[in-house]
Amino acid sequence: MASVMLSEAEKLYIVHGVQEDLRVDGRGCEDYRCAEVETDVVSNTSGSARVKLVETDILVGIKAEMGTPKLEKPDEGYLEFFVDCSSNSPELEGRGGEELGTDIANTLYRVFSCENSVDLKSLCINPKEHCWVLYVDVLLLECGGNIFDAISIAVKAALFNTRIPKVRVLEDEEGTKEIELSDDPYDCIRLSVDEVPCIVTLSKIGYRHVVDATLQEEACSLASLLISVTSKGAITSMKKVGKGSLDPESIFEMMETGQRVGKSLHIALQKILDEEENLGTSRPKVGFLG
Amino acid sequence: ALCPRYNGEIGDIVVGRITEVQQKRWKVETNSRLDSVLLLSSINLPGGELRRKSAEDELAMRDYLQEGDLISAEVQSIFSDGAVSLHTRSLKYGKLAQGVLVQVSPSLVKRQKTHFHDLPCGASVILGNNGFIWIYPTPEQKDDEAGGYTANLEPVPLSDREVISRLRNCIMALVTHKIMLFDTSILYCYEASLPHQIKDILKPEVTEEIVLEARQRLLDSEG
Repeated sequence: MASVMLSEAEKLYIVHGVQEDLRVDGRGCEDYRCAEVETDVVSNTSGSARVKLVETDILVGIKAEMGTPKLEKPDEGYLEFFVDCSSNSPELEGRGGEELGTDIANTLYRVFSCENSVDLKSLCINPKEHCWVLYVDVLLLECGGNIFDAISIAVKAALFNTRIPKVRVLEDEEGTKEIELSDDPYDCIRLSVDEVPCIVTLSKIGYRHVVDATLQEEACSLASLLISVTSKGAITSMKKVGKGSLDPESIFEMMETGQRVGKSLHIALQKILDEEENLGTSRPKVGFLG
Repeated sequence: ALCPRYNGEIGDIVVGRITEVQQKRWKVETNSRLDSVLLLSSINLPGGELRRKSAEDELAMRDYLQEGDLISAEVQSIFSDGAVSLHTRSLKYGKLAQGVLVQVSPSLVKRQKTHFHDLPCGASVILGNNGFIWIYPTPEQKDDEAGGYTANLEPVPLSDREVISRLRNCIMALVTHKIMLFDTSILYCYEASLPHQIKDILKPEVTEEIVLEARQRLLDSEG
């Protein structure tokens, strides 16, 4: 991940600030930065969302395509994740960003591996033969710290925005099946995102942990915990990153903080998504020019 | 973020970060096209006295300044390729200790007689011409012996931290609205932000309100 160089005195200042619950930008340890979420920004996708957390900028596009179901789960569709980091900085261009990209994609697979997160059975068209495959493409436009949280928020918003066309399977006398797309472009199925988890990253700085770390704070933290939390507060997966070690006590504390913060994050996100939905097609779109 | 490069001019004050330690000089990052250079002969050695730089000093360069350290310096000269040569041959320049660095576009820093300000709100600020702004707690007494190499590693008190965080957010607010940065504009913005909580300053509605008030006061004081 792109990292900044800090002097020892700067790091000390940040660590002492976290101890006193006053971070460099005035936030407390559990406060998120001001986030902007906008859906339906890319027109030729089934669903898209853009999330901007001050300096971190993520774009997610979802395309629904027809495919064959996996052998072990013949009556379900599935999700495929692909992450692209090449637009971030010169060191991540080309093959450089591949490692980071696969790391993020694997984390997303793990987060969504929980059975209830997305209703995969609704993505099935014909058991064993046809199903919807959702290709989720994540673009990392700018890295300003805390990319996992921003990506998970963007994925949830994009899934909320996804519209999959309704199809009917017609079977004629010989037994050949035909798939018919409905004529009405607005006739589509929407996914329920109530159980979709969001990732909360807790970085350990000194003796305390912070939520939504900036690049400078990440440089002072030796270990972080990535927790994916659903809107009801259930933890679906956990991953530890960083060279430092974490005490079991701290892990319990961080999990509790993660659950608390995750629940309020879901509430705030759902409120924004519902507000956007209510504005309907008359919503003025800002996109990339605002 | 879109940020133009800094073009050095002789006499400018800059804040820079050491990126490399080479044989008789340090390479300093100042947001220019080429890394700036700080020659061993251009610094003040600890103790503040003037002595010829010996071979021991060359080997001990990392004891004075390491990779990642922040310094305040003045532009001494410009090489033919455009790289800037810095010097810290005055007791007011040197290694910077605890504080917060904000990086803005160099064109937003107003050229003034002095770039070191001790603001009445309780913190000090260095407005580097290269767009690097350093906010730090006002030092208690002026120690003229140290020459700036002994860093004060005591924890900064909470009241000072609040002032520094508020100043940092005010500067970010001014930058978002492309207001020139100098001691008066920063101070007006600080005073306009006092009724709000520090972390709320970066919310778009609050930023607009504060900057509008600061801009109005600046226009009134000019007119």
